[in-house]
Amino acid sequence: MARIHSLIAVVGIAALAGCSAIGSDDPAPSASAGTVTLVTHDSFALSDGLLDAFEEESGLTVEVVQPGDGGALVNQLVLTKDAPLGDLVFGIDNSFASRAVDEGVVAPTDLPDAYGGALVPVDYGDVCVNVDHAWFAEKGLAEPVTLEDLTKPEYKDLLVVPNAVTSSPGLSFLLATVGAFGEDGWVDYWTALKDNGLKVADGWSDAYFTDFSGGGGGGPRPIVLSYASSPPSTVPEGGTEPTTGALLGTCFRQTEYAGVLEGAANPDGAQELLDFLLSDEVQEDIPVSMYMYPVSRTATLPEAWTAFAPLATDPFEVSPEEISRNREAWLAVWSETVIG
Amino acid sequence: MAVLTPTRPDAPTPVAASGRACVVAFWVVAVTVPLAFLGVFFAWPVAVMIAKGFVVDGQLDLGGFADVFSRPRTWRIIGLTLAQATLGTVLSVLLGVPGAYVLYRHSFRGRSLVRAFVTVPFVLPTVVVGVAFRSLLVEGGPLGFLHLDGTFAAIVAALVFFNYAVVVRAVGGLWERLDPRAEQAARALGASPWRAFRTVTLPALTPAIASAASLAFLFCATAFGTVLVLGGLRFGTIETEIWIQTTQFLDLRAAAVLSVVQLVVVAGTLIVAGRARSRRERALGLTLPAASVRPLRRRRPAGMPPGDGHALTLVATAVTAGVVLLLALPLVNLVVRSLRTADGWGVDHYIALGTTEGGLTVTVWQATLNSLRVALDATVLALVVGGLVALVVSRRPRRTVGRRAVAGLDALFMLPLGVSAVTVGFGFLLSMHHPLGLPVDLRTSPLLVPIAQAVVAVPLVVRVVLPVLRAIDPRLREAAATLGAAPGRVLRTVDLSIAARSLGLAVGFAFAASLGEFGATSFLARPDRPTLPVVIFRLIGRPGPESYGMALAASVVLAVLTAGIVAACERLRAPGAGGEW
Repeated sequence: MARIHSLIAVVGIAALAGCSAIGSDDPAPSASAGTVTLVTHDSFALSDGLLDAFEEESGLTVEVVQPGDGGALVNQLVLTKDAPLGDLVFGIDNSFASRAVDEGVVAPTDLPDAYGGALVPVDYGDVCVNVDHAWFAEKGLAEPVTLEDLTKPEYKDLLVVPNAVTSSPGLSFLLATVGAFGEDGWVDYWTALKDNGLKVADGWSDAYFTDFSGGGGGGPRPIVLSYASSPPSTVPEGGTEPTTGALLGTCFRQTEYAGVLEGAANPDGAQELLDFLLSDEVQEDIPVSMYMYPVSRTATLPEAWTAFAPLATDPFEVSPEEISRNREAWLAVWSETVIG
Repeated sequence: MAVLTPTRPDAPTPVAASGRACVVAFWVVAVTVPLAFLGVFFAWPVAVMIAKGFVVDGQLDLGGFADVFSRPRTWRIIGLTLAQATLGTVLSVLLGVPGAYVLYRHSFRGRSLVRAFVTVPFVLPTVVVGVAFRSLLVEGGPLGFLHLDGTFAAIVAALVFFNYAVVVRAVGGLWERLDPRAEQAARALGASPWRAFRTVTLPALTPAIASAASLAFLFCATAFGTVLVLGGLRFGTIETEIWIQTTQFLDLRAAAVLSVVQLVVVAGTLIVAGRARSRRERALGLTLPAASVRPLRRRRPAGMPPGDGHALTLVATAVTAGVVLLLALPLVNLVVRSLRTADGWGVDHYIALGTTEGGLTVTVWQATLNSLRVALDATVLALVVGGLVALVVSRRPRRTVGRRAVAGLDALFMLPLGVSAVTVGFGFLLSMHHPLGLPVDLRTSPLLVPIAQAVVAVPLVVRVVLPVLRAIDPRLREAAATLGAAPGRVLRTVDLSIAARSLGLAVGFAFAASLGEFGATSFLARPDRPTLPVVIFRLIGRPGPESYGMALAASVVLAVLTAGIVAACERLRAPGAGGEW
């Protein structure tokens, strides 16, 4: 009996005192001049010590909040624009850039190359179809090269792509086909893909690790939608060549932007942090930490990248305005055609 | 404090009057504290988010209903939601009831291990379960020959995988305390074992089964990650549609309409379950677990006559063994894959958990610590709020109005399980900047995470504690009062001490729910203190086999941690704790 009572007492006291294990020793996040809050996506990462060095040099404290990916990130910023979640946003890509600019989420800047006069490109990468070299070599089958090849009977039941509605590389691939076949042709292309045994997985990791034969998960399909930067991580231990490769004629270019949030509590700190993201220090770390290409021309790339992760010379393009105008309609048609 | 002069409760003496005032004050607090909590941290954010979809330029616009309901897709989605949730629930109950019987009415070596083990699926992040399931079912995988990949059956199987523990624990908690003498009496009067079960035991269990079924239904109806990973949009539900409309299309009107539809479905379920419960709910002869638990034997015990129900036990044991084996398949698959390295097998991924490789901001161990701390806060919150709710709801007021109010309160606190995490998460963002005019931005405060998790854990606590409280014979309280105990003392010595015995189960449940919670939390701006599921989600979304392997290893850590904590919580309610009842 005594034990139960003491248990209840402990629980009650803990509740009354409002003592909290997670928040107790936490300084209240404030918008003091010394703090700058970076709002970014789930994949944001920098190598150990980089942010610390910036904090030391600038005297600023950096808070990183990661409220979601892609659309979820931009939509949260749109909904909270009267009381922004932070000072600087990083990670809005070209498929949502137009919404962010139209909704007035980011403050204007006079930096050159800024999209809509507000969003500054920080990094970019290509979303491309990847193939498992080993699988094709073993079967003695020639690898596909173009988007059209993927609809040929010899590649039946071999392709897996992430869902365009639920995954951002999936959407990029849909945009690649819009860029390649135009407003009138892309639906027919997807119908042909579907007839040729296309498999749609939920997300990129699901497609790459579960369905793809070359991703380490030992799946059944040797062609997958991934990134131009994926092959370097498939160089086997002790090997010199990756076992997979990207088809550079199938790519869509994804650019990630950053911008100072409209109504930021610390716009100067945000600008300082933006400059830091564009410095060569961070730019050279981006391939290592985030698997994207730096926008800086003076940043050096990792060796494996120059060797095995070349970018497409002529990726398919669709302008952000066009994407913004049609995204919902395209996704609706895509769902109807491919998912049924 | 105790008033020892014998008084009748309806004829209070002056001394008892102050005690009565205390009791009234207690009940007022017991009702208002939970209501305030739910109001601020659930009802308000959800209302704000839904209102955002219906109010355009200050004008109420309900045109969204006509628009959304005219889409054939909407009807298909509602149908699929109901079909998935119903099938998932029915199967969970059919398999879970024998499981509760074997795991809570029998003793055998390793029982607490099995009990903890079946809880593991309940907390695993859906992305991970998706991987574990899909790599089993994928063409060429160990179960590829079943051709279940991407089918409706695969989704239902995964839903049962998640909810089996819900039924086993909720039903088992009551069953192990059920006095076996009623069933024995029926047997002595000539009823067959099956008949005795059907006419005596099953009716006594109905409230717990209805309770568990409504929980499972709500979990199934709001399943999100599972549905997307295993079935894709082909089998989209109301929940996945709300997610798409909110995060991808920013069509808040459609999202608001769907949220209302979801509320209607959930409320309907709760009403049906509430009726099933209250019809059957009555005082039960409860006993100590030790009195009703028998050792599990393969052979009929010596001296036991044939036709004594041993066959029923064997069937239940076989079913449970089969289910445990099926539960183990994806989990073993997960462990195996976490040990696969670039060049064979090893514990490399587990070693990497101590580093920030794979682009993490903290190591997996730090994230584990964060998770534990968050779960501790959330559990304390959920116990206080949920305990109060259960206490209030366990009363049976004489007046109809009072009874309705109590039933309404019960249903109200179940709602958080049935409302889309996206709606709650986005609602937090819209409402928690200076909540109640306070000068704090809760949106980016680490405190919001345990609060959000507690909102989800409260209904679990209520569902575990309530059947036990409701089964208390009112005569016990009357006897205490007749013997002179003041109302406060009756509450303390009868209600609280009996409820405390289900505390271990409730703590375990709440803790597990909090550890695995990845709904609303995933939409909160989480500052620098990611929890384990969040880290797993980030790792799995990154290119590179190392991150992937680390994600699987971290999932194994989460599974082991959960099983350990659940097992420890079960020990909290050792029979030694107050054996006088």
